[in-house]
Amino acid sequence: MEILGHLADGMLASFEPLNLMMIFIGVTVGLFIGAMPGLGSVNGVAILLPATFLVPPATAMIFLAAIYYGAMYGGAISSITLGIPGASTAVATTFDGRPLALKGKADQALVTAAVASFVGGSVANILFTAFAPPLAAVALSFGPPEIFALMLLAFATFVGLGGDDIPKTILSICLGLVLAAVGFDEISGAPRLVFFEITGFLHGINFLVLAIGVYGIGEMLWTINATRGEATMTDTEITPRRVLIAVKESFTAWRGMAIGSSLGFFVGILPAAGATPGSLMAYGLTKMTAKNPENFGKGALNGVSAPEAANNAASAGSMLPMITLGIPGSPTTAVLLGGMVIWGLQPGPRLFTDQPDFVWPLIGSLYVSNLMAMVVNLAFIPLFLWMLRMPFTILAPIIFVLSVVGGYAATQDMHDIWLMLIFGIGAFMLRLLDYPLAPAVLAIVLGPQTEETLRQSLLISSGDPMIFLNRPIAGPITVIAVILIVLPAINLIRRKLKARSAA
Amino acid sequence: MRRAEIITAGVLALFSIYIMWKSGQPAWEGIAWFDNIGYVSGEGPGTGFWPFWLAGIMLASCIWIMVNWWRRSSPPSRSEEQFLDAHGIEMLIKVGGGITALIGMVHFVGMYGSIPIFMFYYLHFLGRHRLTTTLAVSLGAPVVTFFFFDVAMRIVLPKGYLEPLFIPLYAIFL
Repeated sequence: MEILGHLADGMLASFEPLNLMMIFIGVTVGLFIGAMPGLGSVNGVAILLPATFLVPPATAMIFLAAIYYGAMYGGAISSITLGIPGASTAVATTFDGRPLALKGKADQALVTAAVASFVGGSVANILFTAFAPPLAAVALSFGPPEIFALMLLAFATFVGLGGDDIPKTILSICLGLVLAAVGFDEISGAPRLVFFEITGFLHGINFLVLAIGVYGIGEMLWTINATRGEATMTDTEITPRRVLIAVKESFTAWRGMAIGSSLGFFVGILPAAGATPGSLMAYGLTKMTAKNPENFGKGALNGVSAPEAANNAASAGSMLPMITLGIPGSPTTAVLLGGMVIWGLQPGPRLFTDQPDFVWPLIGSLYVSNLMAMVVNLAFIPLFLWMLRMPFTILAPIIFVLSVVGGYAATQDMHDIWLMLIFGIGAFMLRLLDYPLAPAVLAIVLGPQTEETLRQSLLISSGDPMIFLNRPIAGPITVIAVILIVLPAINLIRRKLKARSAA
Repeated sequence: MRRAEIITAGVLALFSIYIMWKSGQPAWEGIAWFDNIGYVSGEGPGTGFWPFWLAGIMLASCIWIMVNWWRRSSPPSRSEEQFLDAHGIEMLIKVGGGITALIGMVHFVGMYGSIPIFMFYYLHFLGRHRLTTTLAVSLGAPVVTFFFFDVAMRIVLPKGYLEPLFIPLYAIFL
């Protein structure tokens, strides 16, 4: 019960004028940074960290956490309006957000994303407040075999995303995994797959290069070809009344929000995994357990609410190991951890007892940031929709320029921009032949961690693959993952055999 | 589209074989080729294991796609329509060529030179907008980009031969 007392004190502290102003600025800045393809919360937090030395540490932390939250809301904006995932955490939002925008329902998609983000963040905040120490203990017991099992589960949940053509889906997934292996091998340090001995490949292929190439350049080329260059984007009117109707409508997607919040929070508290695998898994699981899975990918609201709730829940969850154990849960929290050390704080279990004036205002501010981020997001929706109403011949070159500059901002290497162009044109041509490219993007996002944990686990077990089944947590997860991978294939073969015997 | 399907499957198969060959490449002098593909007992997979066998699965998938093409069981292998009609090819050359020029010019005049030129080309020639709109957007884009990326986010974009023109701007803003 004293937790509630501390929480109330914390929330009161976050309502102080300076803190409130920092929350508002942080959330707005985060929103715009998250909406820009190529930039994510890491960029915003890293750039603005030095600016926070002027204010007390608690206020600084509140500001940076607000940016983190705002960026999670913002990632959905470019996913839905432009079709380019703003960050790896927003990839799953493009699957159903973009079709909704093309159908003229961009406002519904944006509002659903905002509401789902709010629900995900709130659920995660409550779980954080109540269960911080025991959850930290659980998170510590996850080692490489468990993380690999989780990755396997993530791949299993989106085996169904490829559509009907199985060999092309398998090719797509394997291509993504191979592209993820380019560069220096994590375990042995040897250079791998340096195509044609071009040195630019030594730093690997950043996921954003493939994602912006496929979704930015490839998607635009496809739209120009499919609509004969005469495309007009959606034509929606926006009034406060429509926003309220859309808010009510978004609650019909409660299943996605429920799955996304719980799965996202849980994946977020694991030190290695974060918002990205969390949002992908939430999407896959929601699709698998839906009544009409074939609607996913064509504009199902649950397909927007699930990943959005998950990535906000995961970002709240990733703060948990940072504060309780001193282990960063994601790249952004790694920067935040650095900030805490600079301010002279010592993250770890004693933070709650030694520095309650820091921890509880931070936790209280998470609730306030969450609410304010949703309000700011909803208020800016007319601006985002105005962007969509621009004539396509103005929007297209802006998207191309944004792809090029955003891609450069991610890796600061022109080699990657040329690679992005090649991926874009290649993706356009493959799409004309019905090759699904979403699995490739997902594979390149999760590939490095999958291979690394696989090899680490086998090193731990001295080459014995039974380690994935022997450990108490990894075992069940692996079994479930294998069943989920094999089951659709068996179903498909059974269906085709039945169809053939009936014909 | 039948021809495009089989050509693409063939190209992807060749690419898979290339990856399989490349993943056997030794990391340093003195190690034999294809030494790293196997499973080192007591340690787990070697460095080449992951890409080699994945590329092997890719090759198998390409062969499956080719079999499907021969059996005419996938929609693209059945359709007789053209892969890209005349309008599609024209658009691909104009737009794709434009983006290629956009990226190519960055090496010479930097981002802030190539962006206005590309926007002008696209808006005026492909979009056939009025000159006022074209100039407003073409000149506005690099200014907004400069203030957002160079000044605010401190991500320095390549400037090419126009670098000397930016030195006074750096002095004021950065």
